[in-house]
Amino acid sequence: MFEYAPAPESRDIVDIRPSYGLFIGGEWVDPQGEDRHKTVNPATEEVLAEVAWAGEADVDRAVQAATKAFPVWSAMPGAERAKYLFRIARIIQERSRELAVLETLDNGKPIREARDVDLPLVAAHFFYYAGWADKLAYAGFGENPRPLGVAGQVIPWNFPLLMLAWKIAPALACGNTVVLKPAETTPLTGLAFAEICRQAELPPGVVNIVTGAGETGAALVNHPGVDKVAFTGSTEVGRLIARSLAGTSKKLTLELGGKAANIVFEDAPLDQAVEGIVNGIFFNQGHVCCAGSRLLVQESVAAELLEALKRRLGTLRLGDPMDKNTDIGAINSAEQLARIRELTESGEAEGAERWSPACPIPDRGYWFPPTVFTGVAQSHRIAREEIFGPVLSVLTFRTPAEAVEKANNTPYGLSAGVWTEKGSLMLWTASKLRAGVVWSNTFNRFDPTSPFGGYKESGYGREGGRHGLEAYLAV
Amino acid sequence: MSERLAVRKTYKLFIGGAFPRSESGRSYEVTSSKGDFLANAARASRKDARDAVVAARKAFPGWSGATAYNRGQILYRIAEMLEGRRAQFVAEITAVGGVGAKQAGDMVDATVDRLVWYAGWSDKIGAVVGSANPVAGPYFNLSSPEPTGVVAVIAPQTGPLLGLVSAIAPVIVTGNTCVVVACERVPLPAITLAEVLATSDLPGGVVNILTGSAAEIAPWLAGHMDVNGIDLTGADAELAVTCEELAAENLKRVLRPPAGPVDWLAEPGIGRMTAFLETKTVWHPIGV
Repeated sequence: MFEYAPAPESRDIVDIRPSYGLFIGGEWVDPQGEDRHKTVNPATEEVLAEVAWAGEADVDRAVQAATKAFPVWSAMPGAERAKYLFRIARIIQERSRELAVLETLDNGKPIREARDVDLPLVAAHFFYYAGWADKLAYAGFGENPRPLGVAGQVIPWNFPLLMLAWKIAPALACGNTVVLKPAETTPLTGLAFAEICRQAELPPGVVNIVTGAGETGAALVNHPGVDKVAFTGSTEVGRLIARSLAGTSKKLTLELGGKAANIVFEDAPLDQAVEGIVNGIFFNQGHVCCAGSRLLVQESVAAELLEALKRRLGTLRLGDPMDKNTDIGAINSAEQLARIRELTESGEAEGAERWSPACPIPDRGYWFPPTVFTGVAQSHRIAREEIFGPVLSVLTFRTPAEAVEKANNTPYGLSAGVWTEKGSLMLWTASKLRAGVVWSNTFNRFDPTSPFGGYKESGYGREGGRHGLEAYLAV
Repeated sequence: MSERLAVRKTYKLFIGGAFPRSESGRSYEVTSSKGDFLANAARASRKDARDAVVAARKAFPGWSGATAYNRGQILYRIAEMLEGRRAQFVAEITAVGGVGAKQAGDMVDATVDRLVWYAGWSDKIGAVVGSANPVAGPYFNLSSPEPTGVVAVIAPQTGPLLGLVSAIAPVIVTGNTCVVVACERVPLPAITLAEVLATSDLPGGVVNILTGSAAEIAPWLAGHMDVNGIDLTGADAELAVTCEELAAENLKRVLRPPAGPVDWLAEPGIGRMTAFLETKTVWHPIGV
């Protein structure tokens, strides 16, 4: 393995304030309560800033601001709304380096991923939905599809700005106004986005950002002034939201957990498959709801594939997320690290065999080495529960039917992978998999034109593409 | 010589293509609006509901895997069989009272036409709601609709035939299988419809029909972990909330009850089909 000299990205480009208020009605406002919390850099445990945790009164104020802005925004010609969204997309491109650094500092993901994956997709998402704003009559939802009103949106910490884009861009294009709550461990890029809305001169109240944790989110989704709820996060919280919205007229879309199978058939190009497996589970430290966390490999090539996989994992660089050479960054929080540890310990206790490459772990911050479990049974917790970390569970199969059976043996259904050179086998497998996204001979690809979302307990509704408009229109 | 005594029909459940009585042995009296006795219908139990879900699950791979053309042909066949029993349905609907023969005939005709309308959708819905997505990279990317799975249908409490078929047809034409809770007060047309379904080449288990108390049966289905979606059209407001809360446990797709009365004669649109469709997106690299 080559040694690389450190190539750290400079953090001078970002200007983090010591303390942030809430973004309501186009202004920074102080919260009514005193509930303030620190957000830290998970790679160093250094405090980055202090943010307010909004209470019910603050959420109410934000919903009122969004309600007040709705008549103006929804009545505005689509072509004008489009131009605001194009403006936002351009500002994101202009400030992409700064936003990538901020994302890496607050989230712990490698700067290479924030810079090359998150930020380009964020800008692309706004560009894509900007173009829909004046073409909704052609989207297949009637001649004059109407927006719903105020959208309450709650997003997770794994792709903070990208999830914000997935939520806000289609909502605004369709003429809704929004109140968005970023995750409590990654509020900073959402707060930076508030500044972008100001630079774009977006009318006040069209976008409101309220920071906080679960209670803030609950206050938002249960607020009677909210007409539409969009949530990305755990299946457990998704269930609670679905239950609490029973009997209301609120429209709900949920993008929840996953336990994706990545199926490798014996005729697959193994070198490419290894790259796909690594990208599938170690991209973003495995903090990906659609991560390929269960590797299903055909028995005849299992030994060869595992050897190649282990060799490849030996070359991954774990460490400073700001270093441009880093492949695996920090785990986002101490809580998440504890959860990954607990689940991997259960893997060993239940009899699976654990392996990690030699991998020095920094002294400070939250870290977990890339980990592979072999000898995993379908009944093991590490084969059933979402770990949301850099942990791969390996199972084997003999026939295509067995592969499909095992792949579908989960309450989740978000994504899946198929590796084979045989087109008919690929299409057969893809058609049998109960999952919303199937990557064949690739993994973890995203695009604003491509609908994303799950089957079964991975949630309902789609984000991206023409399909993504439906969640924000009265249809 | 005395007048010939009629041979009455025993109205039973429809599960997995067979007509069992309720395993509980329970039945309830079905009367006309004037209170005249019409029949004893089966009052389905929790076990019957669970058996019906098992039958629907078993039928799902075959039915969802059938070609769209084949499913369209079978829905059209249901329309043909229903047309042939027009007089029987008119008699059953008028026996309940409140509806004249002319109006009942119109309803049966509209039901046949509704089936023909949905039959034609089987091989067109994919083209209308699917898409080829122009992603920014060398990838083939295709989104297509797939059936949600097993769907519970709480049939409308109005429109014992037209409403019932307007709820069932959009669910099954796309490849779902279903467990239907028939209109509680007027369940007899639903069981006669089952006789039509049983003679229309529809595989057993694709449609299962339960009669009895909706308030009792619907929550069992709403909370069942092997049911993927629920149509609450026939649930009253209180029952709908209970069912929606139970449905959250495994994140069932929920079609909420309509806000006001439904005109079942109007063209329905595609919303009842898309409510129980998933979108699957398949990616593949392009290269040499």
